[in-house]
Amino acid sequence: MPTLLSWGRHPQTPQTPTPCHWPDDLSRGLADLQRQGRTTLAYGAGLSYGDSGLAASDHVLHTIGLDRFIAADWQTGRVTAQAGVTFEQMLSVSIPRGWYLPVSPGTKYVTLGGAIANDVHGKNHHRHGTLGRHIVRLGLRRSDRAPLVCSATDETALFRATIGGLGLTGLIEWAEVKLMPIRSSRIRSVTQRFDTLDEFFALSATLDLQHEFCVSWIDCGAAGRSLGRGVYMAGDFADEGPLEVAHPRRLTMPVTPPVSLVNRATVRAFNALYWRHATRTPTVRTGSYAPFFYPLDSVLQWNRIYGPAGFQQYQCVIPEASARDGIAALLREIAASGLGSPLAVLKRCSDLASPGLLSFPMAGTTLALDFPHSDRLTHDLFPRLDAVVRNAGGRLYPAKDAHMSARDFQDSYPAWTAVEALRDPQLLSRFWQRVTR
Amino acid sequence: MLVGRDADKLEAIARDLTVRGAASVSTFVLDALDTPRHAEMLAAAVHTLGTIDIALIAHGTLPNQQACQLDVSQTLRELASNATSVIALLTLLATHLEGQQHGSLAVITSVAGDRGRPSNYVYGSAKAAVSTFCEGLRPRLFKAGVSLTDIRPGFVNTPMTAGLPLPAMLVAEPDTVATRIVHGIARKRDVLYVPAFWAIILLIVRLLPRPLFKRLSC
Repeated sequence: MPTLLSWGRHPQTPQTPTPCHWPDDLSRGLADLQRQGRTTLAYGAGLSYGDSGLAASDHVLHTIGLDRFIAADWQTGRVTAQAGVTFEQMLSVSIPRGWYLPVSPGTKYVTLGGAIANDVHGKNHHRHGTLGRHIVRLGLRRSDRAPLVCSATDETALFRATIGGLGLTGLIEWAEVKLMPIRSSRIRSVTQRFDTLDEFFALSATLDLQHEFCVSWIDCGAAGRSLGRGVYMAGDFADEGPLEVAHPRRLTMPVTPPVSLVNRATVRAFNALYWRHATRTPTVRTGSYAPFFYPLDSVLQWNRIYGPAGFQQYQCVIPEASARDGIAALLREIAASGLGSPLAVLKRCSDLASPGLLSFPMAGTTLALDFPHSDRLTHDLFPRLDAVVRNAGGRLYPAKDAHMSARDFQDSYPAWTAVEALRDPQLLSRFWQRVTR
Repeated sequence: MLVGRDADKLEAIARDLTVRGAASVSTFVLDALDTPRHAEMLAAAVHTLGTIDIALIAHGTLPNQQACQLDVSQTLRELASNATSVIALLTLLATHLEGQQHGSLAVITSVAGDRGRPSNYVYGSAKAAVSTFCEGLRPRLFKAGVSLTDIRPGFVNTPMTAGLPLPAMLVAEPDTVATRIVHGIARKRDVLYVPAFWAIILLIVRLLPRPLFKRLSC
């Protein structure tokens, strides 16, 4: 049977799947593995980058087959669906009826269950916060209880522990989500480049208030006077236009090349071109939601470009007060290392609180970038970056992580003990095993 | 209208289809092996739908070939679920659609029916029975303006194939298969290999000379 890896393909610990197509398959799978003396973990679309989606036992319950809708009220925009329904499937049903997901990460291939377990955020964090704020109820299957329903009023502790709970508090069977109304599926976007990090903060301070969606791409190779240069992108759903589900032509990265195609030369060339392509004055255009929200979805299995060794994403958030200096220090370290990739993203997060105990965002600025995996990365650059984040009072995103120390995790997520107390004893990830030691 | 033996699963699929936009969905609980109740199911379908535009027969089981070789009753059970129950439904539906002078009948058989192989000839012969039945039935229905599509999928990523050691290149996704089936029925295709490349593979398999074929172990 084919085995599964995480999105970053590092660590390379293949997972043996038990396919689940019906809710009872979850309970059965849990019980079967328990009889074999094994813990497990739900594995949905496999888009967690590091080891948070990998089972400590390397035996996962593959939940992508739980892909049915359960109910929808198109008057109020509430949809109930099984955990394996992807955001793409959700949008294909909701867009024609004038509704969009209230929060959407950078790919539409994530499952509802995975999005809840990681309490994902998107380009509108400054307006809508994380997905957890829009989850009305969810159904859980635990090894030690009958199927149960959690919400802000019932099983509150489990509800809060499950949102951002990395799939450890029970198998998410289904969830009800509140959608947001849209009048058109087209996005009116504004793109503008900035020359320095200070310019980014100035742009963000004024333009974030005016737009629903904001994100910046940053040239992680630029140093010296160009440090922190990048392209600011903002957008809003257009007031008029069609409600159309996008079906863009998709390419697939057909093979894994023997070595990473992302290296110092290709990154420098790409970044310089990309930066120069954007103009200093704002460029306004209106287009489909898909390329605006999900640019990387147009190449399926793009993670293969990093070669057989895979890659790691580094995503941290630095609190408001130390954001400017912290991000500058991180960018200096990255530029000096010569590592890094074209996919570097900068975004300001708001103080909108999530019900989730282990939610990643906090008021401040988040930086995310990919690195081809290498020993130098884990032994040299990451420890330097971790020190900057630690000193600035920030934290790392478990959904992207394959390296953070137990000490850093426990210091920056003090509520982890509450999640551990509510963890289903039959569920354990490689990540959790690593950071709770 | 959805027909199946598990009421809970039918209900889950009905709800899913409703959210996705189906105008109305009804269900009927029936075990295909319960042939005496087939007529009751058809009556319910006619009552609910009026005219039947498309009927798709899609049930089946994947036998354990080794076990069947040692157990006649198991072999006969597999032939019942994959062949005779299907033929019973085809007989009933064909006559009804013929009377309507309208409609499309479709049945999922398998590429395995194209030639018996040592590794799964119980399954293969059951599917072959249905395909041969269709060959004869098709001209009869054609005269009444009714199409009959024999759908022959290769390996599909479903619960039936879960856990089998299949080459990933040859396993199709259900969505791809479903799209081709919908288009094939709409275009009144007679035989539909899904995905299409199986037509070439099976042509070669059928052309292998018997003296050679019997020396292979597939």
